[in-house]
Amino acid sequence: MPAFPVAAREALADTQLRRNLAHATGTIRAKRAAVVGEVAEWEELRLAGAAIKDNTLRRLDEHLLTLEAALQARGATVHWARDAREACAVVAGIARDHGVDEVVKVKSMATQEIGLNEVLAEHGVTAWETDLAELIVQLGDDLPSHILVPAIHRNRAEIREIFRREMGAAGRPAPDGLTDDPAELAGAARLHLREKFLRAKMAVSGANFAVAESGTLVVVESEGNGRMCLTLPEVLVSVVGIEKVVPTWSDLDVFLQLLPRSSTGERMNPYTSAWSGVTPGDGPQEMHVVLLDNGRTRALADEVGRQALRCIRCSACLNVCPVYERTGGHAYGSVYPGPIGAILNPLLKGVGVDEQTDSLPYASSLCGACFEACPVRIDIPEVLVHLRSQVVDAHRGGAPKPEAVAMKAASWVLSDARRLGLAERGLGVANRALTRFGRRVLPGGRRALSRLPWPGSLWTDARDLPAPPRESFRSWWRKEKR
Amino acid sequence: MTAREEILAAVRGALRDADRTEAAVPRGYRSATAPDVVELFAERVVDYRAGLTRCTTAELPGAIRAALGAARKVLVPEGFPVEIDGTAAAEAGTTAELAAFDAVVTTAALGIATTGTLVLDHGPGQGRRALSLVPDIHVCVLREDRIVPGVPQAVAALDPARPQTWISGPSATSDIELTRVEGVHGPRTLHVIVVAGPPSGRV
Ligand code: SF4
Repeated sequence: MPAFPVAAREALADTQLRRNLAHATGTIRAKRAAVVGEVAEWEELRLAGAAIKDNTLRRLDEHLLTLEAALQARGATVHWARDAREACAVVAGIARDHGVDEVVKVKSMATQEIGLNEVLAEHGVTAWETDLAELIVQLGDDLPSHILVPAIHRNRAEIREIFRREMGAAGRPAPDGLTDDPAELAGAARLHLREKFLRAKMAVSGANFAVAESGTLVVVESEGNGRMCLTLPEVLVSVVGIEKVVPTWSDLDVFLQLLPRSSTGERMNPYTSAWSGVTPGDGPQEMHVVLLDNGRTRALADEVGRQALRCIRCSACLNVCPVYERTGGHAYGSVYPGPIGAILNPLLKGVGVDEQTDSLPYASSLCGACFEACPVRIDIPEVLVHLRSQVVDAHRGGAPKPEAVAMKAASWVLSDARRLGLAERGLGVANRALTRFGRRVLPGGRRALSRLPWPGSLWTDARDLPAPPRESFRSWWRKEKR
Repeated sequence: MTAREEILAAVRGALRDADRTEAAVPRGYRSATAPDVVELFAERVVDYRAGLTRCTTAELPGAIRAALGAARKVLVPEGFPVEIDGTAAAEAGTTAELAAFDAVVTTAALGIATTGTLVLDHGPGQGRRALSLVPDIHVCVLREDRIVPGVPQAVAALDPARPQTWISGPSATSDIELTRVEGVHGPRTLHVIVVAGPPSGRV
């Protein structure tokens, strides 16, 4: 995967993608704002959510042991997995033990993070994604681009093409004469997947929350595909990141308010399923839970970055991020895109390991919108700055990065009054150059350059550049003081 | 070391210097109330594009019939308190058999006013989880006094030992160009019947 600036440049050139994204994020933002506005205690809920998660993380070892004991008492088998490879091996092993060659899946970030589908395929087991958007992504042999709406980058005509071309090879083909009407497309997915739900012996899910005290797992969804997977097959395996723990059942009263409103901008998502182990006569009679580390303990060890483990994957930070809105999710090169991805990936993988991960803390304007939107008050800008310094430290001694060169040049100029004076006089020259390149006036009266020669054109092709002032503050000061 | 031991050791190592005292969690949100919970619940249910009927205990059988419309094969879980003509009570049955039913009628454990949510805990009258999932029409009967103001009151009233399904409107997706489409896999039609009457009345 290329570093963010390279990937972003490609994404930015795709005007269709930019339009789709702007529409989608704008729509969700407006819905979210409306339903958050309904809740008078919203700020208190955010504080409560952050406090519960922080308390849990500070005693994570104790809560994990409580969770394990409660799950076992309710008839579930608990597995622990240090990394992706180990987690995938557990799931593949359970599939092998039951002789299944296919599993149905509930949309889950954790299973994407560990690349489960690919590993199962190596073991001859096909994993069917059953969330509509994930199905579109899977049939299109594509990558998800958003936590919540993974196929946000595809329009209805493309989806129709994917269904017509690919559904037949994966099972029940798309109906003849399928149009690109969303209701018809959803209908085609309903028929295609129902066949799989009714036949599947084993399902794989994640969990939005895992209640330590009662051993309850919670999955939040809209379509009912989650309920299908969680109740129809005989065997259920849930892959759960160790940061998903909340101590008590009653703590959910905070998160079941925060999550849907932040995520889809609804008062409540259509379906929430909660189950504690095996219920005789209802749902799967064999249940496994894989507790996954895969870098979470590394993130936990970072005192500033630890707060990222509070994340409930609502995706609100993506929808308010001006960088995400223009580049989309693929540029982040990870299942966790957007502002949360920019901090979570380096925290999970460590800095100085690969260039792509190291580029992510710079994929932000530090505008702070993500912090405002985050239902568990993760101070993403603070963590970004913290990680940037780690990246710089990790690269000290190697070839200097462009941003380091620029900072050095700036500090050379700014640290000396005479040099600063000279630099400022340079502004006068720039001003004279203004007349040569189409001059404009911005709202508010400030002059702007609308067309610069290359390399300035890379900037001015897409936006206006406010012109430097005619006169520097220091020269004005000298003149006025006379 | 096993994976379990190693992960627990890594957690403890990561928290070596952490202050383990619990920070206070503000809980004022739990005392927030809604003015008229039944009105609000009804309004929010409709907002979710679910059908809504309000009736008395005496009117209930008629209301159920009307809500079922043209549905012929109707599933009624064990313990459902009202006799419905010409329907099969189908507790048993494979999933494939369930799929042959047009509709299901259930009760619910409670309703949440601020969110228009029904919560099923799959006790008598509600059936196992698959029953309210596979047929295309779900008619759910809820007595007025089972409606609580908000999510905190619902969580407090529910027992995590029971499996739960929280339902807010019919199954829906917005995955295609953010256009909302009712139903992909769950029932595409949800009809809620809110029954007024003395708290001791059946249903
Ligand atoms: S960081 Fe916050 S806003 Fe972003 S996905 Fe996580 S919980 Fe949601």
